[in-house]
Amino acid sequence: MISKLFKFHGGVHPPEHKLESTRRPIRNLPIPEMLVLPLRQHVGNLPKIRVQAGDHVLKGQLLAEAEGSVSAAVHAPTSGTVVSIEEQLIPHPSGLPDISIAMRPDGEDRWIALEKTDWRHRDRAEMVASLRESGIVGMGGAAFPTQIKLRPSGKSSVRTLIINGAECEPYITCDDLLMRERAEEIVKGIEIAHYLLGPENCLIGIEDNKPEAARVMREACARSSVKIDVAIVPTLYPSGDARRLIGLLTGIEVPSDKRSTDVGLQVFNVATMAAVYRYFEHGEPVVSRLVTVTGNVKDPGNFDVLLGTPMSALLQAADGVLPDTDALIMGGPMMGFRLPSREVPVIKATNCIIASSPRLFPPQPPALPCIRCARCAEACPVDLQPQELYWFAKSKNLEKARDYQLFDCIECGCCSYVCPSRIPLVEFYRYAKSEILAQDKAKEAASLARERNDFRLARIEREKQERAAKHAQKAAGAKTEAGIDDAKKAAIAAALERAKAQKAEVVPQNTDDLSSTVLAEIADTDARRAAAANTQEN
Amino acid sequence: MLSALLVMIGLALVLGAVLGYSSIRFKVDGDPLVDKIDAILPQTQCGQCGYPGCKPYATAIANGEADINQCPPGGEAGMRALADLLGVEPKPLNAEHGVPKPKSVAVIAESLCIGCTLCIQACPVDAILGAAKHMHTVIASECTGCELCVAPCPVDCITMEPIPEKVANWKWRYPVIELKQVT
Repeated sequence: MISKLFKFHGGVHPPEHKLESTRRPIRNLPIPEMLVLPLRQHVGNLPKIRVQAGDHVLKGQLLAEAEGSVSAAVHAPTSGTVVSIEEQLIPHPSGLPDISIAMRPDGEDRWIALEKTDWRHRDRAEMVASLRESGIVGMGGAAFPTQIKLRPSGKSSVRTLIINGAECEPYITCDDLLMRERAEEIVKGIEIAHYLLGPENCLIGIEDNKPEAARVMREACARSSVKIDVAIVPTLYPSGDARRLIGLLTGIEVPSDKRSTDVGLQVFNVATMAAVYRYFEHGEPVVSRLVTVTGNVKDPGNFDVLLGTPMSALLQAADGVLPDTDALIMGGPMMGFRLPSREVPVIKATNCIIASSPRLFPPQPPALPCIRCARCAEACPVDLQPQELYWFAKSKNLEKARDYQLFDCIECGCCSYVCPSRIPLVEFYRYAKSEILAQDKAKEAASLARERNDFRLARIEREKQERAAKHAQKAAGAKTEAGIDDAKKAAIAAALERAKAQKAEVVPQNTDDLSSTVLAEIADTDARRAAAANTQEN
Repeated sequence: MLSALLVMIGLALVLGAVLGYSSIRFKVDGDPLVDKIDAILPQTQCGQCGYPGCKPYATAIANGEADINQCPPGGEAGMRALADLLGVEPKPLNAEHGVPKPKSVAVIAESLCIGCTLCIQACPVDAILGAAKHMHTVIASECTGCELCVAPCPVDCITMEPIPEKVANWKWRYPVIELKQVT
């Protein structure tokens, strides 16, 4: 039993609204007519598509496999035919479409041949490697691929394994219901994680507003072969944040530039543990999840939903929305975002859908200027200075915002919640964060461009020198050619000399060997020709 | 009196030797300020500032020959960073050198390209691939969007296309909030 609980700074206690959706047990949803599976359901690289439009796939068949180290696979949630692979609206705050696989279920819901694992006798590294094909990501909403968090570093540095069942955000109850109804699965999943990481102790943190879940979990843990403590933490938002829960249970504050594993801690959500159990015990990849449907619906509750199911089908299952519903919120009222359409699909990170209405969430009156009352600083669970961050983000003084540890902000919304001027502080932080990240990316691109430009200039310089060298060589070559010319000229001159000399020598004439009479005749003729020429001249 | 003088002279000699040694031992090659300025510039090498590239512009700023507001691709943020670095007042971008545009990449209409290699010679970052009398193409991931390849093309087959907003490069907007009017 855990002896002592610690505290974290700040936190707020908004109205819980959890009872509405916990009155009924988990219900199953009929298979919808169409499933849309976005490839971007997790943090990291997009997975690589392994099917084509027109392919018939079975339930649990791989549609897209993990690409790179941080990535997660996507599987067919039921048997059916792949209809298209194209951009469709996805549940994302941008409201932009992204590449998705659409499939039409055939209604048979036939599983692919599943491979069960006797995990107690299997190599740990091999098990973790096989998690890449499981598609398991953090099911609490962060959607970080689980194989990375379970990677046993040989000397597994994890001393304390913490299981997060706090579920601190208002309205959301899917983990509560999961713990009540499927405690065995969670505990078996914890046993597997325990086998993989080999921690010294293991804690489950549950907020005290879920006594039923805590009781069931205690009973399940008591039956387990592994020693698991159930710790009840006071209900205070955001105790479900991993670092806050670590602080509550162990008193350790994880340094902002380190990961929790660096200080010997690892945190998993209860639903992630259940998914790990289903994968290793039954061979089932992630094809469905529990989703809370609440808010402005007639019959709120929790549903076991196939991934890719349109939100409209969920609302229908909750008996439809009330007439004044104006939007859908995915996630809780503190950290969630508005969905661009009622037709966007359920993804691995969808823990809750709230139908919102002006009655539930009245529109905020106009904001007033910041009066620097520092109430936000009192509420901030990360111990930041939200008023300063607001100042810097608002004036686009991004470097300063970074210096004030903007990236430690978990966007929990406590500051906005307590702000007497009703300033949407978190929106400013989100803006500043994404702007800084974009600038960092641009800087990276700039340094690449600089490198390429430097290389180009160096290459041009080198080519110039090479050309110059070539020219110099050619010029030198021409000089030697001139030398050759001289030799030739000398040869020619010599030849001419020789010719002259030959000419100078007595040349035999065709008159040489003639008789004297002929010679006399020739002389006579020449004399006459000369006389004739003389008379002509005169 | 004399001993004091000797002590001072001795000290001066020792310190002078230390300074002289360190000025040789720790000599800084190049101008570190130019590199710092160059690190802020966006490296598009577009020449809109009036200098033949980012480094020459950085050198000109460091020498006090150029102003900090001549780089449209760097935008307001770049100008602010320069002002911060140099300890001068930020000033609005000089419209004479152009206005900031959304980030674009060059696209070659490959059916029109005649393979003249003029654009390849113009590209400051070697982002165009091709050979004489063969079709050219732009390596989009390396293109800085400097537009230097557009003008030399004899058949006008290069266009600048803004990078579309996708989920992967989407950014949260600057919040526009309604303030209560005080009458």
